[in-house]
Amino acid sequence: MADSGAPKPSSSVKLVLLGEAAVGKSSLVLRFVNNDFQENKEPTIGAAFLTQKCNLPTRTIKFEIWDTAGQERFASLAPMYYRNAQAALVVYDLTKPTSLIKAKHWVAELQRQASPGIVIALVGNKLDLTNDAAGGDGEGAGGDGEGDARKVTTEEAKSYAEEEGLLFFETSAKTGYNVTEVFTAIANAIPETSLKTARGPGASSAAARTEEQRVNLNGPRDPNAKEGCAC
Amino acid sequence: MAPETEEPAVKSNNEAGPGQETQGSAAVPSPSPSPSPPPPPLPPRRKASGEAPLQVGGQLQSKPTTAVSSIDISTLSFPDGTRGTFPTPSVGSGPSSLNSGYGTPTRDSSGDNLTDSMSVMSFAPTIRAPGDLASLVAAEFNRKSRAWNLLRSQSETVQPFEGIEFGDSGELAGFEREFDDIPENMTDDVRLSMWQSKMKHYLILSSAGKPIYSRHGDLSLINSSMGVIQTIISFYEGAKDPLMGFTAGKARFVVLTAGPLYFVAISKLGESDAQLRSQLEALYMQILSTLTLPTLKNIFVHRPSTDLRKPLEGTETLLSSLADSFTKGSPSALLGALECLKLRKSQRHAINNIFLKNRTDKLLYGLIVAGGKLVSVIRPRKHSLHPSDLQLIFNMLFESGSIKSGGGESWIPICLPAFNNSGYLYMYVSFFDDDNNDTQHPPTTPSQSSPSPPPTNNTPPESPQEIALILISPDRESFFPFSSLRTSLYNSLTKSGHLSLIRQSLSSPRPSISSILPSPSPSPSNSPSPISHFIYKSRPNVQFVMSSLQPLFVSPIARRKLMSQYQSLHAAMHAKHSHLKVIYSVGEDCASLGWVTPLFEFYCVAGPNVSRQAMTEAANKVVKWVGREEGRVFIIGGGVF
Repeated sequence: MADSGAPKPSSSVKLVLLGEAAVGKSSLVLRFVNNDFQENKEPTIGAAFLTQKCNLPTRTIKFEIWDTAGQERFASLAPMYYRNAQAALVVYDLTKPTSLIKAKHWVAELQRQASPGIVIALVGNKLDLTNDAAGGDGEGAGGDGEGDARKVTTEEAKSYAEEEGLLFFETSAKTGYNVTEVFTAIANAIPETSLKTARGPGASSAAARTEEQRVNLNGPRDPNAKEGCAC
Repeated sequence: MAPETEEPAVKSNNEAGPGQETQGSAAVPSPSPSPSPPPPPLPPRRKASGEAPLQVGGQLQSKPTTAVSSIDISTLSFPDGTRGTFPTPSVGSGPSSLNSGYGTPTRDSSGDNLTDSMSVMSFAPTIRAPGDLASLVAAEFNRKSRAWNLLRSQSETVQPFEGIEFGDSGELAGFEREFDDIPENMTDDVRLSMWQSKMKHYLILSSAGKPIYSRHGDLSLINSSMGVIQTIISFYEGAKDPLMGFTAGKARFVVLTAGPLYFVAISKLGESDAQLRSQLEALYMQILSTLTLPTLKNIFVHRPSTDLRKPLEGTETLLSSLADSFTKGSPSALLGALECLKLRKSQRHAINNIFLKNRTDKLLYGLIVAGGKLVSVIRPRKHSLHPSDLQLIFNMLFESGSIKSGGGESWIPICLPAFNNSGYLYMYVSFFDDDNNDTQHPPTTPSQSSPSPPPTNNTPPESPQEIALILISPDRESFFPFSSLRTSLYNSLTKSGHLSLIRQSLSSPRPSISSILPSPSPSPSNSPSPISHFIYKSRPNVQFVMSSLQPLFVSPIARRKLMSQYQSLHAAMHAKHSHLKVIYSVGEDCASLGWVTPLFEFYCVAGPNVSRQAMTEAANKVVKWVGREEGRVFIIGGGVF
C-alpha cells in the first residue's frame, strides 16, 4: 500500500482510546503513530490528540485519535472525547483482571451513550509479558493461563467480545505485535456510508461487519510467523 | 605599626623583608635590616636588650604577648626555582613543651611507653599548643614574603568549589545517588538504609495518618516512619501549638499543615525553614492543581480516612519532578521568579503581536515557552499570571515527561491555584517540533521492528530545548479552535522567521560572565573575572536572569553547592527582622555576595580568595549590564488584550 498512485477517497475517522490507567493506551498510539516504544512511560494527563493515516486498498482513512488518561478523576471528561467518535479502542491489560472489568464498563458506557454506529475494538495489551509473546498463537490456543504473567485468558475476553459484537485483539505495544492490525481492522469495519455521513447505521449491521472482520483476524498470522523465528 | 608600642622585647619583627632566608637558627641576633619599608628607628636600649626577637605577627589583636618562642625558619624551594621561608616553632623552646606535630616529635612529653608500631601521627596533638599558635599567626606574617605573594597571585584564580575536582564533595558525597530508585529486590534492612542515606525527603500524609506520597521508597517501606511522624505532628496539634519543624542529627524536619494534609520535608542540604516550607507549599499547589480545593475538602469531609492516592493517581510523577527540581536546586523556586528567553525587544514585541493577532475568543492566557524559559505571554488586562502557577505548568511540560513524550496535542484540565483554586481551566499544549510537524511518519510494519531501547535519561546540561505553545481557556470545548490557532500561529511565526529566531536564541547558552565583564586588557593575574556566577532577580517583573552554568557548575554536585550558597545568602537576606541590604560571606571554598534593593535581588559567587572590593566592583558592573539589557532579558508587560 503505497502513498502514491491515483488519489483514493480519503476520509477522517474519529477514534477514542479508553481503559484503565497504565494498560498501555498511549503506548499503543505511540507505536501506531511513531512506531516507537518508551519503557516506563509517564501517565498521560488529560488527553492527547494525534492523527495518523491508514491506507486501505480502496481508500485512505485519517485517524483522529483521542488518547485519554485512564485515571478515575478524568472519567467525567470522557464523554467529551467519545461524543461523535466513529470508533473506540477499549484497552485492558492481559496481566491485570481488574482492567478487563473496567474495560467492560467502558464498553457498556459507549454502547449506552456514544453514537449508535460506533465501532468498538477490545484490545488486550502487554502480550509480551506472557508466554505467548513469541509463541505465535495469539488468538487461538494461547489462553489457558500458562503464560508467565497472563491473568486474563484469551477465551474469556474473546467470548465477551463476541457477545457484545466487538473486534478483539491481543497486542504488544512493546514489540509492535498486532498493533497496526487493530487500526487496519477498525478502518475496514467503518462502513462507507458512515464515512460520508459521519453517522453510523444500526447496531445489527455493525455486528455483521464484525463477523466479516473476524475472518480478517487471521491476517496477522504472517507477522506472527516472523515473531516465531525470533524465538 | 607595632614599633610605637612600648612593649619591651616582644617586638614584632614582621617587617622582615621577603629576601630573608635565615635558616635554622633559633636566635637571630637582631632584626635584619629590611629592604622596604625601612623600619622606624628603635630606641637603642631596646635593641641592646639582647633577647631573641620574637617573630610573632604583631598586627594581630590577639597577639600572645607571653608567647616567648623563638622560631626556626625553614626554607622551601618551589618548583619554579624561588624559595620561601616558613617559620617553624623550635621544639621545646615555646612556653609549652608539647610538640607541634611538625617534624620529628620529641619523646619527653609522652612518657616512655612508646613502641615502634606507633606512627608519627600518633604524636600529633589534637589540642594545638601555643607553639602552633605562633605558626598560625605567622601565616599572617608571611603575607609579605615573596613565596606568599606568589601563592597569593595564584590564589586569586582559585575557583569556587575546586575541592569537587579532587573528589572532595564534602557533605554531598552521596548526591549522585540521590535520585536513584531504591531497588525492590533487596532485604528491607538494606532498602531502609538506602532510604535513610537520601539527603532529601518529602512526605505527604493525611491528617488521619494515611500515607499519600513519598519521594523515596515505596509506601510499604516507610509506613512506620509515616506513623511516627503523624503521631508527633498530632501530639502538637492536640496541644494547640502546631509543630513547625525540628532538627534530628544533621536532618532538618519542616512540617506544613494544609487543610486535611500534612507535608513534611526532611533535608540534610541546609535549606532554611522558610525555603523548605515554600517547597512544601509548591507540592500542595500541585495537589490542588490536580484536584481543586473544594474537591480535596469534600473528599475528607465525607470520609476522613480516604486514601488520597487513588484520586491523585498519576500525579506522583509531577510531585517527584517538582521535588527533584528543589533537591537539584532551582533558582526559579528559590526566588519565586521566572526566567525569560533572551530576545531583542523588537523581536519579542513582534512575536507578541503575531500571537495577539491570532488569538481566539475563549483564550484566557497564551504563552510561548522555550526550554523552560518564557518567550511571550498574552493575557487579558485584568488578569496576570502568578509565578507559582507557571512553575506548576513548566514542571509538567519540561521536567516530567508526561506530555512531551506522547507527541501530538494535549488537552489538560488543570487548576491554577493562585489564579482560582476552586475550579479547572483547560490547557492546550503543543510542541513546535524541529521537523515539520505535518509530515506523518508512515506506519512501518511494527512486527519487524525490535523493541526500541529504553529511553536514554541523559538530559542536556542546561535546560531541555523544546518550544511549547500553551493556551489556557475556561471553556472545555476550546480544543479545536486552539488547534487551528496553533496551526495559524505556527505558520505566521515560521513565515516571519521568528520561530527560527527563538530556536537560535534557545541554542545559544546563557550569558557568560566573561562576556558581561570583559577583563581589563593588561590583566595582572590570569583570572578571567572576579565572580564566577550570578543571579539577578528583577523584583517588579518577578523574573530573573542568571549567567551560564558552564563550565564550573555543570556537574550536579557543583550545581547543588552553588545553589546551596545562594540559598544561604537568600535565607540570610530574607530572615525575619533582618534588614540586610548587602551580605558578603567568605567560606573555605567560595566567597559570595548578596545585595537587595527594592528593585532587584542580586547574588553572586566567586572563588574563595577574591577580594571584597573586586566582587563589589563586578557586582556593580553586572547590575549595570542588566539595566542595559533589561528589555531583552525580561518580559516587561507582555501582550495585553
